[in-house]
Amino acid sequence: MARRFDIRAQPGFATIAMITFFLLYLPIVTLVAYAFNAGNSIAVWEGFSLRWFVSAANNDVVQQAALRSLIIAVFAATISTTVATMAALATTRTRPYRGLTFKYAFINQPLMVPEIVTAVALLIVFSRIKVWTGYSGLGYLIAAHTAFCIPFAYLPIRARLEGMDLTLERAAADLYATPWMTFRRITLPILRPGIVAGFMLAFVISLDDVVITEFVKSGGQDTLPTYMLGQLRRIVTPEINAIATVFLALSVAIVTAFFFLNRKKA
Amino acid sequence: MASAQESARIAEREDIRNRWLLSAPALVIIFLAAIGPLFIMLAYSFMAKGDYGDVKFGQFSLDGWFSVFLQRDIFDDTVSLADAHLTIFWRSVRLSLMTTFVTLVLGFPTAYFIATRPQNRREVWLFLVTIPFWTNLLIRTFAMQEVIRNEGILNTALMMLGVIKSPIQILYTDTAIMFGMVYVYLPLMVLPLYAAMEKLDFRLVEAGYDLYAGRFQVLRRLIIPLVKPGIIAGSILVFIPSLGAYVTPRVLGGGKNMMLGNLIELQFGQGRNWPLGAAISITLMVVVMTALLIYVRGAARAGTDNNG
Amino acid sequence: MADKNAIEVRGASKIFGTGEAQVAALDNVSVSIRENEFFTLLGPSGCGKTTLLRLIAGFDYPTDGEILLYGQDIAPLPPFKRPVNTVFQSYALFPHMTVAQNIAFGLEMLGKPRAEIDGRVAEMLRLVRMEALKDRRTSQISGGQQQRVALARALAPQPKVLLLDEPLSALDYKLRKEMQIELKRLQNQTGITFIFVTHDQEEALTMSDRIAVMSSGRILQVGSPWDIYDRPAERFVADFIGETNFLDADVVSATGDGRATVRLSSGVEIPATFPASVMPEGKVTIVIRPEHARVAAPNGTSAHVGHIENVVYLGTDTHFHVRLDDGTPFIVRQQNSRNGNSQTSFAAAERVGIEFGRDVAQILKD
Repeated sequence: MARRFDIRAQPGFATIAMITFFLLYLPIVTLVAYAFNAGNSIAVWEGFSLRWFVSAANNDVVQQAALRSLIIAVFAATISTTVATMAALATTRTRPYRGLTFKYAFINQPLMVPEIVTAVALLIVFSRIKVWTGYSGLGYLIAAHTAFCIPFAYLPIRARLEGMDLTLERAAADLYATPWMTFRRITLPILRPGIVAGFMLAFVISLDDVVITEFVKSGGQDTLPTYMLGQLRRIVTPEINAIATVFLALSVAIVTAFFFLNRKKA
Repeated sequence: MASAQESARIAEREDIRNRWLLSAPALVIIFLAAIGPLFIMLAYSFMAKGDYGDVKFGQFSLDGWFSVFLQRDIFDDTVSLADAHLTIFWRSVRLSLMTTFVTLVLGFPTAYFIATRPQNRREVWLFLVTIPFWTNLLIRTFAMQEVIRNEGILNTALMMLGVIKSPIQILYTDTAIMFGMVYVYLPLMVLPLYAAMEKLDFRLVEAGYDLYAGRFQVLRRLIIPLVKPGIIAGSILVFIPSLGAYVTPRVLGGGKNMMLGNLIELQFGQGRNWPLGAAISITLMVVVMTALLIYVRGAARAGTDNNG
Repeated sequence: MADKNAIEVRGASKIFGTGEAQVAALDNVSVSIRENEFFTLLGPSGCGKTTLLRLIAGFDYPTDGEILLYGQDIAPLPPFKRPVNTVFQSYALFPHMTVAQNIAFGLEMLGKPRAEIDGRVAEMLRLVRMEALKDRRTSQISGGQQQRVALARALAPQPKVLLLDEPLSALDYKLRKEMQIELKRLQNQTGITFIFVTHDQEEALTMSDRIAVMSSGRILQVGSPWDIYDRPAERFVADFIGETNFLDADVVSATGDGRATVRLSSGVEIPATFPASVMPEGKVTIVIRPEHARVAAPNGTSAHVGHIENVVYLGTDTHFHVRLDDGTPFIVRQQNSRNGNSQTSFAAAERVGIEFGRDVAQILKD
């Protein structure tokens, strides 16, 4: 039998790909492994233990930071998904009109500016507003998160809408549905997977944010990521690994759900 | 009564008005909490710095912009280049370019590997790239820190293999920052490359082999030129966040090896020089926007090239 | 003509998939293709013709069997080491290169000196009449022009054999006709062996020196266009190539020189030919092309009698759809010429007799 010549193969590529995947997962696996370390060190393995998970769960500061992260993420994801859905409806399935390109640019702007730049710009503005109004609650963080979550929520919703046929809505209108009923009974149900995907992306993005939160937060408003960032300056115990592991598990769960949601659709 | 034409025009105008109303909330939020502040920051960069941070409101000064690249000697008032800033600029650009290069070297074969798997397995490999991508950047940076620290598994492994006798100091060096950025931004290189390679017409590759091109020539003369848009997109997507990186150099560079992001933070923190911080921020933004613009232009040109 | 074989395929099989899902795209195929001939692989989609072509090109490997190029087994060679070039169905022109760069590609890969490449490219551009467009991107030229460039690109390295995978299928009718003539001209001019894959029987008949008819991974018959059309060996071949009539008959006698006498269901006896490989006996099916029969008023010389069900006027000729008295459908094609032959016209429902010309019946295998 002849030796096979594979048209698609390139020498060494599979090896490099395997190395890449190894490199991608080695640090994460290490990090998770040491979360279960019985000792105080994140470098010397002293046996299996769940003590750091327990200690993290009992840590008041961690609890509050986690709660704060969730509150901000829920608000930011909900608001951004709502306004992104409206914006997507307004910017798809139409002939180009004046201002359409402007809207695209505007909505995607948070993706194009380096985060640190947005962060200090918000610091400047919000610190001044804090002085003027005396209000220093979570509103600032929610506003900031909502803004940078919008493009992430917008993308899957817009993609879904663009694959949607206007004739469905026309058929509904033909069958005496009012515009609102058409939206409720036709557009929204078909759009739902896009909206769910958009919400999940926005949620993860908000949950993960470090830079903007670090600059916008008032004293005592640490989220989980900024708490961890602060802790990294000290002597690190596996408690950080434990927090990171839980965090990681949450992100992976959401992304996996997202993956399977998209997969079923396709 | 309005003619049919006229009522059509009215309907269209109404449609556009409704579309503006619908998009208004998103536009307003982004304006208030993203774009607007950039303009205020631009204004701040032209004000005098306050004694304890912030600015002296309304007091015009070019000191902020002056200090981006220049410095005035305290004693004899001579003007010279601000070496410290230039070093940081240069480090940012150099590390970003190196990061882009390394991610390309690793990402290209990886994306190609995924794109040449059977359809149903591609999704799984791609998913494996996406997971780290959606994992918190700080956590990934921290994970990298654990790997490269002196007692970390990299040094341990190298010592066990007998490559080195004592641990090499990687953490808190430029190399550490680059490692971290490569690790953190690698998915950003793989994903657009994959998107381009998935569309690659392998009949062209067949034609290349048919016309006596060997493996390397097919790669160099056909595959690379054909997926060039993906290469450019990936490079831009890695280069831009690298240039503005803040968390990775802070955690892995250990304060001494600053990049632009950390220099900006410094001005708003201990440096207490908000106008300078604002000026550096705007400089960074302009560089990034320019890179994006060049990319978009190039992509548009490539698009028209391919469509006739 | 030198009867040297350019390509010899011996017992080639190609099986895709494994286990339950195994599909034999090629099933023990053997065929010899002579030097300088225009050889066509003809068959419906999925018959294995493209697979066979890909085995010769080196894009796929035979599961079993040998492929010889001028006596040398090329099966172990990767495509870039085979002196064989392909014109792809999709043309597969490199979109990031100009017309001239596309044509030069193979020569560059062979490491030819620049001067020689330039000379060859100019020659090829002239050959396919594309000199004026040599600096265009391949996306900026029409389908017919792309086709010519694909041809020029494959011919430029002067391959021993040129493989053409349904190269005309994307063109519209008129252009296809032009390209058929053009291809024939190029083959004569270059003297290169052409292996042409198509599902279009008309294309195959007009262009080929020899045709191999394929079905379900096997070659059913190899022969000249005349052989294939007038002396089909199997029902599939007769049916696939043009319109035809099948009639039941009994063999009365058969001789070793391929001639027989058969009795039709009407009781009339007519002469018939048969493929050399079998000796017909008993009940057989014979095939008669519609243009080899005539309708006339029924009389004693009629081979069959029936009534007309439908008359289809097609300009150059007229089709009579006849139902024979034994229930078999039969089509007669008559030319509408006004060159003096008396033209009797018949209408639907009319009773007619069918008359055959000489030597028109062919007995099929089994």
